[in-house]
Amino acid sequence: MRGPGRIARGLLTDPDRPVAFRFDGRRMQGLEGDTLASALLANGKRLIARSFKYHRPRGIVTAGPEEPCALVDVIDAEGREPNRLATTLALHEGLVAESQNRWPSLRFDALALNDLIARFLPAGFYYKTFMAPGWAWERLYEPLIRRAAGLGRLEAIVGDHAAPAETVHDHTDVLVVGAGAAGLAAAHRLGASGLRVMLTDQDVVLGGGSLLDARWTAWRESLCAGLAGLATVRCLPRTTVLGAYGHGVFGALETLSPAEATRFGGLRERLRIIRARRVVFATGALERLIAFPGNDLPGVMLAGAALKYLRRYGVAVGRRPAFFLNTDEAYEAVFALTGAGIECAGVIDVRESSLAAERVRALGVEVQGGAVVEGAFGRDGVRTVRVVDVNGRRRRDLEADCLLMSGGYSPATALASQLGAQLTWREALAAFTPDLAATIGRVAGAARGVPGLAAAARDGESVACAIASELGRPASAAGPGADLPVDPDATPIAALWEVRGRGKAFVDLQNDVTAADVRLSFREGYEHVEHMKRFTTHGMATDQGRSGGLVGSAVLAQARGVLLSEVGQPRPRPFAQPVPFAALAGGEVREHYRPKRRLPLHDWHEAAGATFVAAGLWLRPLVYSRQQGWEAVLNEARAVRRSVGITDVSTLGKIDVQGPDAARFLDFIYANTFSTLAVGRARYGIMLREDGMLLDDGTTSRLAPEHFLVTTTTVNAAVVLEHMEFHLQAVCPRLDVLLSDVGDQWAQFAVAGPRSREVVAAVVAGVDLSNDAFPFMAASVATIAGVAGRVFRISFSGELAYELAVPAAHALKAWSAVLEAGKPLRIAPYGLEALNTLRIEKGHVTGAELNGNTSADDLGFQRMLKKHGDFIGRALSQRAGLTAPDRLQLVGVRPLERRHRLRNGLQLVAPRARTTSLGYVTSSTPSVELDGWVGLALAAGGRQRLGQRLIGTSPIHDEITELEIVSPHMLDPQNARVRA
Amino acid sequence: MLRIPCPWCGERDETEFRYRGDASQSRPAAEAGLAAFSAYVYERENPCGWHLEWWLHVGGCRKLLKVVRHTLSHEIHSVGGPEDPG
Repeated sequence: MRGPGRIARGLLTDPDRPVAFRFDGRRMQGLEGDTLASALLANGKRLIARSFKYHRPRGIVTAGPEEPCALVDVIDAEGREPNRLATTLALHEGLVAESQNRWPSLRFDALALNDLIARFLPAGFYYKTFMAPGWAWERLYEPLIRRAAGLGRLEAIVGDHAAPAETVHDHTDVLVVGAGAAGLAAAHRLGASGLRVMLTDQDVVLGGGSLLDARWTAWRESLCAGLAGLATVRCLPRTTVLGAYGHGVFGALETLSPAEATRFGGLRERLRIIRARRVVFATGALERLIAFPGNDLPGVMLAGAALKYLRRYGVAVGRRPAFFLNTDEAYEAVFALTGAGIECAGVIDVRESSLAAERVRALGVEVQGGAVVEGAFGRDGVRTVRVVDVNGRRRRDLEADCLLMSGGYSPATALASQLGAQLTWREALAAFTPDLAATIGRVAGAARGVPGLAAAARDGESVACAIASELGRPASAAGPGADLPVDPDATPIAALWEVRGRGKAFVDLQNDVTAADVRLSFREGYEHVEHMKRFTTHGMATDQGRSGGLVGSAVLAQARGVLLSEVGQPRPRPFAQPVPFAALAGGEVREHYRPKRRLPLHDWHEAAGATFVAAGLWLRPLVYSRQQGWEAVLNEARAVRRSVGITDVSTLGKIDVQGPDAARFLDFIYANTFSTLAVGRARYGIMLREDGMLLDDGTTSRLAPEHFLVTTTTVNAAVVLEHMEFHLQAVCPRLDVLLSDVGDQWAQFAVAGPRSREVVAAVVAGVDLSNDAFPFMAASVATIAGVAGRVFRISFSGELAYELAVPAAHALKAWSAVLEAGKPLRIAPYGLEALNTLRIEKGHVTGAELNGNTSADDLGFQRMLKKHGDFIGRALSQRAGLTAPDRLQLVGVRPLERRHRLRNGLQLVAPRARTTSLGYVTSSTPSVELDGWVGLALAAGGRQRLGQRLIGTSPIHDEITELEIVSPHMLDPQNARVRA
Repeated sequence: MLRIPCPWCGERDETEFRYRGDASQSRPAAEAGLAAFSAYVYERENPCGWHLEWWLHVGGCRKLLKVVRHTLSHEIHSVGGPEDPG
């Protein structure tokens, strides 16, 4: 039977398959199908943990994800994972678990001292006490408090050690959350009507509450078989819906069974993003605790948990249980344990009499009606239970080794609340029930206060019929399978939240929040339930106050002297339970963190020894060398200045603009004019945002009267396309223009250098490349290495240069032809870093200067703004503030001591006012043409400062450099080279 | 997460779209002056309730949609093209 607590055959456990595990170093045995909690209980282990704040001894309280106390570390080859719930952790061979928050050991915890001085540690204590001196909080108090408080310690289990997870997207007609009687009946009815259904349940098996009553076995099995036969129904046990996000979108976490995990290569979790037309919340109800002194002692458990341990795992949670109840439903645990041969110490019921009490008395169990438990006592576990009449007279002690409590049931409304369901207080149930908009879905069964399994099953069917008809499916005639057992008659609940007495009565076992803390919160002025939650931390952390949440609200209501319905509950938010970051990340980790865009010639660049750099999603060759340093960069740049080089500029955005109104549209999009551009010519253009700031720049060519090709900077390609599409559709819908993103269709190379004409002429046919016939800013279709393409005479480097464009599939052919033709001139490929060196020397701007804060005037483009006609940004670019003479303006900078290096981000200051920034260096490089380093900067009133000397300072590098402010056009200001 | 019924592509996740702001604003005439353009660019109502807004379906048809959405409940009342009154 594996352990003294195992007294029967469980529904889930296999008595023939023992499983060995360790807890706190001790070897134990459980059974296949056990959770860690059921196996520990079967082994008679009651002390499982030390509490969050007071380090009080704690045991297992529940049998599911609502567990507040039994959190453990799990240790495996990948490391230590904290805060796993013993109540949901499937037992497996070799499992190693340890208790948390104790030192040196669970039984002798040094910090249990906190409990003895607890009267000095009320809620809010830390904030109020550790206030002065200010420095001490960070250096002294907080580290000490953090060591003393808390749950498990987090170790790094991310990166290569994180268990793999995946993300799956699902679409369905109806999502049914919860597979108890209501959920099974609803899913069956919906599936039978032909709708696509996803049925999820956090449990490892379907059935919910019907698993705990043998009379329901036939019905459940018949429904499960029926569901398995419906092709449109997917049943997902082990799947918890974590959040409801509106518009029918839900997040769910599926934990794979060991068999499935093996089949999927060690996959542990699957995050499901579910889209559904309707939802059925059949989430059931959660049993509540009762606040009384000592209600946290190991051995004090929820009555329903004891029922689950017996039915599911065959484990008796104690040898001599006492019960403390206020509903007939909770008596199921008394029947079950008595029926299994366990002798009960007695039942304490706050109600004078009830039908259930009569029935258990008939079995010989003593029931004391009209009484409450005033305290549970014992060292490290329950030994005696003190009972008192509700009128405060007649005390007596019961000998018991566990106390099974139940304060009634709260519908699990968190998900419905996330979708805006209003909660209504139902006095007869002593609970809030949700009203969900029918266009979203329905709440069914115990989740909306329907008592009893048969009533819940009928309710599930009824909401399913309503949804099926809303979705255009007539209700099917398919019956629910076997007959429904009859719900017993029940005496109503008598609400009971707290029994006041000496000692701590907890409303939140996980955060060590007592009823007295809630009253303190009220006295301190935190009267709203949301404020009380923050002041006391009631309802936070992994269990989200599932068992004690409403109890805290009731204590607050009593303190305020108002009805509980007026106090309400804190608003629940996703997630419903802790989610490992690895599950949220799914497959998007490491190199898959974001997609990569590779150039058509990526493989060639790699083979040529390129180091790559990310530019947006693109991988661009930075330099054709794997060495750090400037030497290779400067060699590449020097080849361009002295002879010829080639670089891959395929990442530039390319937008094809066609139509009768194409020129008019570009005049509106660009700040300068394109309608006057001749066919076969290109022009540099700048575009503004409507607020007058620069958006992007690039060269646009007119290939035919109604056909333009726009190029954008690499990182702004998508932004500019969106900008153009938006304005074409929203502002200029009457213009006859078509926009096509052709960025991926064309590969484009710049061939630059004084000898580039010879090289280009050797590969281009059909175009006279002489300076007269094909001058600077000419554009033409051409045959390149036998491929139909385009040639442009444009230059970013400041040298005589051409850009050749061919369809991406022919990139290698054209590139290789250029290299072959340039061989005699020792043509060399150059990367982004050399390109940067060349453009800085020339004073061309890029993203560092087009940074979203610069106006056309700032960068010296003021004369490009057209005087006539409207364009985006025209009106607001005229604002005085955008053309003020003291704005940061583009200048060139050179160190006076030429060998000094520059740095991007160097702050510019005046020699005698070194704490006032006058701007900063945006780009810098060692120069190949000029002596030493050169840079571009944005300097306050920069154009007035040409010739001035400023200081460049980088305090974090402890650098100070004297700088000369120069024109940004440091090389060839007459543009003689590009026109050569 | 919003699910936006694109008239061209069908109902799609919000992540396929780019929000392009208040669609009740229309661009002033070229000579309307600085104040009119300043209002067009910067002044917004921020209503709690129905809101007319632009969504560009960048992950689909790349059409610009005019969407009537409730800013509190996120309910979408209607989706149309730029010419639709909304």
